[in-house]
Amino acid sequence: MHEMGIILHLAKTLDETAEEQNLKRIGKVVLQVGEVSGIMTDYFEECWNWFRKRHPKLEDAELVIETIPAFTYCSSCERTYPTVRFGRECPYCHSGETWLVRGNECVIKEIEAESNDPDETRTEIETPPTPEEDGK
Amino acid sequence: MKIIELKETITASNDRDAQVLRDELKRQGTLLVNLMASPGAGKTTLLERTIQDLKDRYSIAVMEADVDSDVDAKRIELMGARAVQAHTGGMCHMDAGMTRRALEELDAKDADLVILENVGNLICPAEFDTGAGKNVMILSVPEGDDKPLKYPLMFTTSDVLLISKIDVLPYFDFAIEKCVERAKKLNPSIEIFAVSSKTGEGMAAWENWLSNAIDAWKA
Repeated sequence: MHEMGIILHLAKTLDETAEEQNLKRIGKVVLQVGEVSGIMTDYFEECWNWFRKRHPKLEDAELVIETIPAFTYCSSCERTYPTVRFGRECPYCHSGETWLVRGNECVIKEIEAESNDPDETRTEIETPPTPEEDGK
Repeated sequence: MKIIELKETITASNDRDAQVLRDELKRQGTLLVNLMASPGAGKTTLLERTIQDLKDRYSIAVMEADVDSDVDAKRIELMGARAVQAHTGGMCHMDAGMTRRALEELDAKDADLVILENVGNLICPAEFDTGAGKNVMILSVPEGDDKPLKYPLMFTTSDVLLISKIDVLPYFDFAIEKCVERAKKLNPSIEIFAVSSKTGEGMAAWENWLSNAIDAWKA
C-alpha cells in the first residue's frame, strides 16, 4: 500500500516535469533509494510495472534503482558506522547519541526523455557523476 | 533521448501541493491539525473531549480519514462539530491532494480549527505532508514507552506528543520519563502532554496549547 502511494506521487512529479520541459515520453527513471528509507525495492518495481502500462507518457519508462548505503554518525566518539549492520547504538563506544547521516533518502536522480521539440531530441545533457561513496 | 537531472525527492509534488494548501489556510485563518496515532490509541475519544471543551470558543470541524466506514465521523457529529469522512481509497495515509478534497467537502472556510484524524498507523502518515499547520501525535500507555525507538520519523515530524490513557498507568510498565527522554532526543522541540480523555487529567494543558496555536495562526 505504501509503495503504491509513493508511485502515485512519483508519477505526478514526472507528469509535472514532462509538462514543464515539453517532453513527449519518458524512457528511463533513475531513483536513489536509501537502505533505510523503508521502501521495499522489489515490490516497488512490481508496482511501477503495473502502473506505467496505464500511463501513456510513462509506458516505456524503465525504473533503475540505485541503493544508497546508510551511515550513522556517533556524536560521542565522532565516528561513522554502517547503520544496517549496527543499528542505533554506536559499535565503537556503545553510545546512543547517534544520528543518521545518509540512507533514508528517496530521490529522483534523473530521467531520460524524448522531447516534443524536434531540435532538442539530439541534445545530450551530460550525466552527473554519481555521489562518491563516502564513509567506506 | 535526453537526460534530465532532477535531484528531487519522490514526494516533491506532494510537498509543493501541501505548502500551497498551508498558505491558503493561513490566509483564511483556519488552523489545520494533522492528528496521527496507532489504531486504538484513542484519537476519536480525545477529539470528543477536546471539542466539547473548546466548542464554545472556536468553530471546529473534523475530517475523519479511514480506509472505509464512517463510524468515527458519526461520533464526532454527536459532539456538535461538523465532520466529514475522508476515504483514502485503500491508501495507508492522507496526502495533500486528499486533504484538499476532504476540506472542499467539509466546506469549513469559517472554521478556526480543522482537525484531520489521519489513518491509524505510525509509519506512512509521517511521510506525507498533508498541508497541516501543526502535526500532533498520540501514543497511548498500553502501546509501550519504546515506540520512539521503533517509529522515529513520526516523533521527528510531530509538533506535539500526547501520551494518552494515563489513567491505566498503574497496570502497565510504561515509564513516562523514559518516553519523554526518547522523544526529546529525536525531536528536541516537541511539546509533550500526558493526558487521560477519560478522567480529564492533563487535558487543560493540551487544550491551552491548542488554543494558543489557533490564536497564533490567525495573527
